[in-house]
Amino acid sequence: MAERDAKGAHGGEAPALDATLWSRRDLFSLAGWAGFFGVLGASALAFTRFMFPRVLFEPSPTFRAGVPDEYPAGAVSERWKKDERMWIVRQDDGTFYALLAICTHLGCTPNWFQAEDKFKCPCHGSGFKRSGVNFEGPAPRPLERVKISLSDDGQLVVDKSVKFRYELGEWDKPGAKLKV
Amino acid sequence: MLTRTLKALKRQIVESQVWTSMVRHGYDDTPRNRVLQIMANVWLHLHPPKIRRHAIRVRFTWCMGGITFLMFLVLTVTGVVLMFYYRPVGEYAYADMKYLEFDVPFGMLMRNMHRWAAHGMVITVWLHMFRVFMTGSYKPPREFNWVVGVILLTLTLLLSFTGYLLPWDQLSIWAVTVGTNMARATPLLGHEGPFADVVGVTPRYDMRAFLLGGSVVGPPTLLRFYVLHCIFLPILASLFMIVHFWRIRKDGGVSGPL
Repeated sequence: MAERDAKGAHGGEAPALDATLWSRRDLFSLAGWAGFFGVLGASALAFTRFMFPRVLFEPSPTFRAGVPDEYPAGAVSERWKKDERMWIVRQDDGTFYALLAICTHLGCTPNWFQAEDKFKCPCHGSGFKRSGVNFEGPAPRPLERVKISLSDDGQLVVDKSVKFRYELGEWDKPGAKLKV
Repeated sequence: MLTRTLKALKRQIVESQVWTSMVRHGYDDTPRNRVLQIMANVWLHLHPPKIRRHAIRVRFTWCMGGITFLMFLVLTVTGVVLMFYYRPVGEYAYADMKYLEFDVPFGMLMRNMHRWAAHGMVITVWLHMFRVFMTGSYKPPREFNWVVGVILLTLTLLLSFTGYLLPWDQLSIWAVTVGTNMARATPLLGHEGPFADVVGVTPRYDMRAFLLGGSVVGPPTLLRFYVLHCIFLPILASLFMIVHFWRIRKDGGVSGPL
């Protein structure tokens, strides 16, 4: 109504005197929608954060694996495969490394075949050499090694939270190998 | 004598306020009254009062959309029945599944109906899509409904995937291990996917961890998948089904033969 009156008074040319960029209705409408989507957006963010708990009730990533003498040289030990998903490999020169038994394709648990001297994943057929390097099947990269060290009382300590990836050149880093 | 009493009784019932308040249009078999019966009933108004002859030809539609919806109804009913025994807790889930399978009366029937209907729905939803494609029913003005259908297909597959974990046996745990590991490679949201470093997602905070509720398939994953399977995805699918059926009617019913 106000618009039409103003047009009439000024011959339909000049804008109304009370015309502003934002009318009272526009402002309230904008504030309403901004509030609605603001609350919705904040809730979505809160929910996303809600789904990532601070504490995970998962097994400890570290474990003690006994004394080095329990592991013969030149053998892949399956002792911790079932409980910890780890192979502890002792090379002929006595050096240790710890291989994570998680296939780098899609996360199944490979098996160790002594006769063929290789790890083989039952899910999609990825094969890994004793070193952990992939040589067949869909796995895109070698098995991961994790930190292995000696405790004060002379036991092997494996820490699965510290990973060493071959393709990043991390197998030469300290902790990836253990010389006893 | 008896028939007269029965007729009087019938009239008494049919003309009572209770009866007429529920049955508003009687049973007159006239075209007008048939339409009124359908249109005035919330359960029946899903049916069009009138359809074209080709729309009921099974050789044209295969009734695949209808069968898919029937599968969904079967899954909803048997799923709710199973929920009376199944507990989505690491310690109980597998045992409850076994209990249902081997001890609860009719438990094996309910579980197998749920399982087979789930397999059936995945198959029929694809066949429905194939039929719609082959009859050109995705063309305007039905292109919007095709997209709704694709979303429903995705939701069906997600329902299938989340339900697969619930027996909590080796097969389901490893299948979900493999499935959720693919989420590592999600663009933007997965820590091994494209642009992961731009977004700043890590193994601890990415799409996979969101699905798993941790870093491995464990009890939190079971609970998450259970809630997704029983609450979130069915409600979402139902909403899209409402739109899907509504659009069929508004776009002129089942498309005609080419």
